[in-house]
Amino acid sequence: MEGDIVQMGAYIGAGLACTGMGGAAIGVGHVVGNFLSGALRNPSAAAGQTATMFIGIAFAEALGIFSFLVALLLMFAV
Amino acid sequence: MATETQGAEQAADAGGLEFHPMDQFKVEPFFGSGDVAWYTITNATVWMALAVLAVFALLVLGSSRRAIVPSRIQSVAELAYGFIYKMVEDICGKDGVRYFPYIMTLFMFIVFSNFLGLLPLAFTPTSHIAVTAVMAMAVFLTVTVLGFVKNGVGFLSVFWISSAPLALRPVLALIEVISYFVRPVSHSIRLAGNMMAGHAVIKVFAAFTPLVLISTGIGLVVTPLSIIAITAIFALEVLVAFIQAYVFAILTCVYLKDALHPHH
Repeated sequence: MEGDIVQMGAYIGAGLACTGMGGAAIGVGHVVGNFLSGALRNPSAAAGQTATMFIGIAFAEALGIFSFLVALLLMFAV
Repeated sequence: MATETQGAEQAADAGGLEFHPMDQFKVEPFFGSGDVAWYTITNATVWMALAVLAVFALLVLGSSRRAIVPSRIQSVAELAYGFIYKMVEDICGKDGVRYFPYIMTLFMFIVFSNFLGLLPLAFTPTSHIAVTAVMAMAVFLTVTVLGFVKNGVGFLSVFWISSAPLALRPVLALIEVISYFVRPVSHSIRLAGNMMAGHAVIKVFAAFTPLVLISTGIGLVVTPLSIIAITAIFALEVLVAFIQAYVFAILTCVYLKDALHPHH
């Protein structure tokens, strides 16, 4: 019984942890959206900044992956 | 299957999915079955070896003829070489080009592990944090040692942002130190997490397909939808496989630039 409650808590926690990935989604969308709005104003400068955009995406995305990792740990390691 | 994870057993007990989406990441002996010792040839080592062989075939065999008018394989090899070379040169500067072979090696290994892992029944070595953590720690140690060798104690100025107001600098230094030591963690987990998540999603949709067919008429709607979803996500995964290898390489370049030119 007690183990079941712990298990339930772990699963609920895993689900809650995954909401963090929504934040990462907003962040990535923000990065790309701002890149695009800048790029459409000055298309000639856009090509040189694609790498910067990917670095920005990577940093924003990493934190979402952390929450996914927490969910996985709760599912399989706890 | 004595080594099945706890979650897999529960899914089987509950009569849920046909197979557990995380089962594909199990490291097992490639030939026969039994325990995994340090010398055992597992599916992880086999697919890593295949990735190395594929890189060798593309870069060494593919460009060995050195034709003036390149064949298709040679032009792919030249494209990959030029792509990474330009990236290293753009980010690290002229003196960073010395470290181009390291970044090229990392990129080619990761991109081939990712792409080979997309084959059906394949194993993706880069979906394991153990694999990516070794690569990320190697990058971290290389960059740190290189920074101290090149700049001496002056490398510590990477934490001391001289363009910020003086009162703010100690706070920023603390944040910079923390973010510096989180680098290998985020560097490795970004790659492993992306690969793991993508492959798990494909398997979840694959498990939906037979699950709903055997139940009611809902299956007639859900099964084609999940097959379409697998196709779409697979296409996305092909893109992600390349982008994550690119991101790993580009972040290595950024860290290397910090080591070579620590002054902001």
